[in-house]
Amino acid sequence: MAVLNQSSVTNKVKLIDARGPRFSAGITTLVLAIALVTQSAALIAIQLVVFAIGAFAGPAKTPYAFLFKKFVKPRLRGEVPTEDARPPQFAQSVGLIFAVVALVGSLLSIPALFTVAVGFALFAAFLNAAFNFCLGCEIYLIAVRILKK
Amino acid sequence: MKSLTPLVIVLALAIAFGVWYTRSRGEFRKKKTVNGPKLDASIIGVELGSRVTMVQFSSAFCSPCRATKALLEDMVGKMDDVHYAHIDAESHLELVRKLDIRSTPTTLFLNRDGVEVGRAMGTPKRSQVMAAVNAIH
Repeated sequence: MAVLNQSSVTNKVKLIDARGPRFSAGITTLVLAIALVTQSAALIAIQLVVFAIGAFAGPAKTPYAFLFKKFVKPRLRGEVPTEDARPPQFAQSVGLIFAVVALVGSLLSIPALFTVAVGFALFAAFLNAAFNFCLGCEIYLIAVRILKK
Repeated sequence: MKSLTPLVIVLALAIAFGVWYTRSRGEFRKKKTVNGPKLDASIIGVELGSRVTMVQFSSAFCSPCRATKALLEDMVGKMDDVHYAHIDAESHLELVRKLDIRSTPTTLFLNRDGVEVGRAMGTPKRSQVMAAVNAIH
């Protein structure tokens, strides 16, 4: 994963507008929902590119973040809530993995694999958008506990 | 295989999980038996409080960890008998396994002997921390 080399909490923290990733998760939810219903590999390919940009360049660099900055942010008032860029970047990396698995399922003509992978990605994106669910909080430590001796 | 069924299933599960998640985050869960390992300054890096010590475990990919740290640091500033320790979970994996920390932020509430009496997962509200701290003697 693109962000695993920045894993200490003591590292210098890059802050971004916390509402951006949540807005992006909303659009991601919509794209994944349509892809799931229409079984569209093309839509997943587009979402895969977005996830890849988010995972490698950062969540503030995606086309969805651009839409947020251009059209949504100017309309929002009040204090800007900030957050560390790493948690949403981690979530984008996990999304990328699911998108890759979904496309592999599509290329190998295994619709069940496509459906399950898109389903998991949609589950996480929807929770993020609707409940401010923090994927990194729930799965990262468990993954580290399993993988590291 | 175009169908609405997978979408409906995923959304129903996500809503059910989301409601549970929102309700359970921050909630103080008291341990039925206080029999965990005894922690001290050599393990958590901070002297034990004379009544309560709150030990927060954080990780890098955790947005609510920052908010939790700010809240707890602010609260211990006003309480002489309560101390606060902040631990990076990833660099203390042995301790994390011993105490069975699964998600971040997780805040342990230790009594004066350094034994866990309960914990809260996610960011607690100020009132939840107050209630938990006041219940420990």
